[in-house]
Amino acid sequence: MELEKHEYDVVVVGAGGAGLRAAIEAHESGARTAVVCKSLLGKAHTVMAEGGIAAAMANLYPEDNWRVHFRDTMRGGKMLNHWRMAQLHAQEAPDRVRELEDWGALFDRTPDGLISQRDFGGHRYARLAHVGDRTGLELIRTLQQRTVALGIDVYMECTVTRLLTDDDGITGAFGYWRESGRFVAWQAPSVVLATGGIGKSYKVTSNSWEYTGDGHSLALQAGATLVNMEFVQFHPTGMVWPPSVRGILVTESVRGDGGVLRNSAGNRFMFDYIPDFFRKETAETEDEADRWYDDKKNNRRPPELLPRDEVARAINSEVKAGRGTPHGGVFLDIASRRSAEYIRKRLPSMYHQFKELAEVDITAEPMEVGPTCHYVMGGVEVDPDTEAARVPGLFAAGEVAGGMHGSNRLGGNSLSDLLVFGRRAGLAAAEHAAKREHTRGLLADDALADAARAALAPFEREGGENPYTVQHDLQQTMHDLVGIIRTEPEMRQALERIAALRERVGNLSVEGHRQYNPGWHLALDLPHMLLVSECIARAALERQESRGGHTRDDFPATDAEWARTNLVCSRAPGGSVALTRQPLPQMPAELAEIFEEGSA
Amino acid sequence: MTYDATFRVWRGDASGGDLQTFTVPVNEGEVVLDVVHRLQSTQAGDLAVRWNCKAGKCGSCSAEINGRPRLMCMTRMSSFAEDETVTLTPLRTFPVVRDLVTDVSYNYEKAAQIPAFTPRPRDPDGNHRMQQVDVERSQEFRKCIECYLCQDTCHVIRDHEENKRAFAGPRFLIRLAELDMHPLDTTDRRNAAQEEFGLGYCNITKCCTEVCPEGIHLTDNGIIPLKERVVDRRFDPLTWLGSRIGRRPRS
Amino acid sequence: MRTRDDAPVTTTAPRGSGAVSAGRGSGGPAPRRATIAARTLRTDRWWVQPLVTVVVLLLFIAYSTFRAFQNAYYSAEPYISPFYSPCITTRCEGDSFPEFFTGPAWISPAIYILVLPLGIRLTCYYYRKAYYRSFWLSPPACAVAEPHRRYTGETRFPLVGQNVHRYFLYAALLFNVILFYEAVRGFRDETGEWGHMGLGTLILLVNAVMLFLYSVSCHSCRHIVGGRLNSFSKHPLRYRAWTLVSRLNARHMQYAWISLFTVAFADFYVFLLATGTITDLRFF
Repeated sequence: MELEKHEYDVVVVGAGGAGLRAAIEAHESGARTAVVCKSLLGKAHTVMAEGGIAAAMANLYPEDNWRVHFRDTMRGGKMLNHWRMAQLHAQEAPDRVRELEDWGALFDRTPDGLISQRDFGGHRYARLAHVGDRTGLELIRTLQQRTVALGIDVYMECTVTRLLTDDDGITGAFGYWRESGRFVAWQAPSVVLATGGIGKSYKVTSNSWEYTGDGHSLALQAGATLVNMEFVQFHPTGMVWPPSVRGILVTESVRGDGGVLRNSAGNRFMFDYIPDFFRKETAETEDEADRWYDDKKNNRRPPELLPRDEVARAINSEVKAGRGTPHGGVFLDIASRRSAEYIRKRLPSMYHQFKELAEVDITAEPMEVGPTCHYVMGGVEVDPDTEAARVPGLFAAGEVAGGMHGSNRLGGNSLSDLLVFGRRAGLAAAEHAAKREHTRGLLADDALADAARAALAPFEREGGENPYTVQHDLQQTMHDLVGIIRTEPEMRQALERIAALRERVGNLSVEGHRQYNPGWHLALDLPHMLLVSECIARAALERQESRGGHTRDDFPATDAEWARTNLVCSRAPGGSVALTRQPLPQMPAELAEIFEEGSA
Repeated sequence: MTYDATFRVWRGDASGGDLQTFTVPVNEGEVVLDVVHRLQSTQAGDLAVRWNCKAGKCGSCSAEINGRPRLMCMTRMSSFAEDETVTLTPLRTFPVVRDLVTDVSYNYEKAAQIPAFTPRPRDPDGNHRMQQVDVERSQEFRKCIECYLCQDTCHVIRDHEENKRAFAGPRFLIRLAELDMHPLDTTDRRNAAQEEFGLGYCNITKCCTEVCPEGIHLTDNGIIPLKERVVDRRFDPLTWLGSRIGRRPRS
Repeated sequence: MRTRDDAPVTTTAPRGSGAVSAGRGSGGPAPRRATIAARTLRTDRWWVQPLVTVVVLLLFIAYSTFRAFQNAYYSAEPYISPFYSPCITTRCEGDSFPEFFTGPAWISPAIYILVLPLGIRLTCYYYRKAYYRSFWLSPPACAVAEPHRRYTGETRFPLVGQNVHRYFLYAALLFNVILFYEAVRGFRDETGEWGHMGLGTLILLVNAVMLFLYSVSCHSCRHIVGGRLNSFSKHPLRYRAWTLVSRLNARHMQYAWISLFTVAFADFYVFLLATGTITDLRFF
């Protein structure tokens, strides 16, 4: 078998923010490090992040500190977050942001010359370090340039299809070059997964084609576990018109900078949807909400800036009640509230995006927006300090890891998550590799041959099914049956359909040859998408309550018992998914106090 | 609102290829990339195309549409007449991999050669202080999404493969400008810009500015100021003399 | 931990160089470009712009060459053609710019004078674009193949000389002063009394303003007033100057063309007066 082999200490799968930060740290810890990514370097989904990096740097509000950030994060996640991850995240984020400046990042500034910070949903103080509305691009470019400057090997347009293991844990990974279709294997005692999310299993999503859940699936198949998979975040504001751009993100900064949501009757309906949990800190009148932008000390936040799950559900209800826009969304209006110059300065890429794609001038007319699948809170269950999964040598950071965000992620917390836990994963992966210096597992020939056989199977079949059709059917299933509002019968139906789709995936065939063949690539991604979709559906069916990114029509309230329980997916014999309940880790008393003191 | 459009798409690889004609339905509000995806899922499952975000933010889906370098995701079908044939070809400046996908490794090689950012030390309190007016010029260049349309359209390498060795292309000339204007950077890259990255090859004919989907003023704000900075250093005896006797520190 | 140059299992991708392997797993030589025969697949009329540029510039060159060598009809008191100002010969009638140079009478003074404006326009960043595209076809338009076999741009003699642009700017600024001086002289009547204004005064004044805007909007000027600084915040005055020049610089192309027309028209107006074809329209 023709096979290209390489040997490294640490192989990082994924070149988004988490992957590159992990690679930088592993390299600087002395490990020989490679990054493997499905796209070109610098194109990862991180570039889509717009708003900013949440970090309690206190550049604008001296009152801000990690304890406030920790509290916001836990409350945003409806207390289901792993407390230790939330703590490390809040404590370390400011340093992670500052070091980006040492690598060339140029954030917007305060009048004092410090990094400027902006308001975002669920954050008590203006906390998001940002560059206009293209912060993700700045982050990825900075890390990319650092990666290149350090001379780290990057395998671009290269897809990992399997993790290889022996009795002692990870031995390496197997994949193929997208360009040539040839196989490649890396022998390495440490693999860091940083593959992002699962959004491409949904019909309306802000995610790119890369978000097929392959990291989740690879981890599961290698013997690791997934936690909190029922929690999928629907971003409240995606574009809804024209159909071809449906789902593309409209940044939360529009609301942070003064935009408001209105229904077709012109009402700021968010005032009708303030949950008791947040009532004390949310404005009750439009006047108070409007005053807040200038005087945050004496006024409470506008309800448009509630956490994303609340806003998404509210929009969903308005549209269902017949108060939506002609294209099935609601209006997001900043044109009537801010000057055209301000809008163009603060939200340049939003201005550009609507102008180019929808022929809407956001400085003159309102946008039409609706919920779009955006982020999966669930992911690989990891140790909070080292990001180690249950398989020795396997690490996960970023969206593919679970626990940090609980049942709902706050805007801005993902970019800081990438940096904080990317670094920790890279460090731990390098340490693990050093420990295994003399006891490295070899790549087994039969495992490599099996992986190659599986990858080529779609070419062997003739007259099988078109992978694009199967993908479309899966997206429709998840959109209709495991979407933003869920019920038991629908999810049972979804599981049946997923089982049927699995049969069909076993019968895919692709035309053409192995050289840069998108049909083949999709055929290899589909099993991952199905496995992850099954995890989501099973966990969502099991959790009989509504919390954060999981809303059950048949169980609309939160439940005290479920507040103490996580759902963990693991691989069952025969390739299906097993689900277990696991008690939530208990927060130490000194952190629990944070929620009792000033609860206002 | 649906109509059938005629597309000519270049299909082939390094060993050869040609334009193939397709008839494909187009719906209201669609962009060229939507149509390419429809071709993929209905008529040509193995049609190779590179794309990611489909929102003009990642710079993956660069191609030439009716001979002009464009992002497929940002080219609306409504910009063509319904009876107009739309011709899609891969970027001409780079070696073709397959169909609309080209090998852009030239750009990654040039990126790796640029002397890395070297900051001055932080302030005693651990922060870097910079004013907004001082970061804005470099921020403009950091908007670059690396779609490489400027590299593709630049005649220096588009029409002269042999210049690739000596010329880094507009994308990396503005990268040099970005670093040279960066308030924290301490490395002088002006000689390198001229000698290693071929700044002198640019004859400022501005095609890079015309194609930039981010609206970056590559020529006026990046390349020409960089040329002037090189003049300070290499061609202006007065400034050179001044810097020798230390009267004009770079600030 | 191993050193970085330990022998790998196999080596096909570049290692440790940071030079990333863009999907070229085979490590072979870069494959070739797509085989497309057409010089361009552009469907618009891309050739219109270079053609218009050529025609207009040729007309201007023809006219200005004729007038420069004509060595006559350049002065009609109180006006003097911008091609011949400052009046550096004794052949100027009346009280003009101080006479400080007398060349052989058969050489037109315009020859000495026009070298400098010609220099700034030849080395101007905008005109370079215009004539490289339209005259040299390098390239004729974006994404249209150029006809040359080799290309070295401005890397060697003589084109490396384009880098002297800023010296022509200094000279041009001097000329701007002279042209304003001559325009102000237009407020005197033909006998030297102040308090006159004619259409010619206005034309000379507009021309002086447009040529001045062309000079200060130039890219070298933008660099010199502040562009060369890396810390604007430490030089607030120069930052304001740079902001102003930057705003003008965005219209540099417009000023380049407008001033080309105004200077030709100002000369033509003086020519008409000097030949007695028309008489000046007098406002007061």
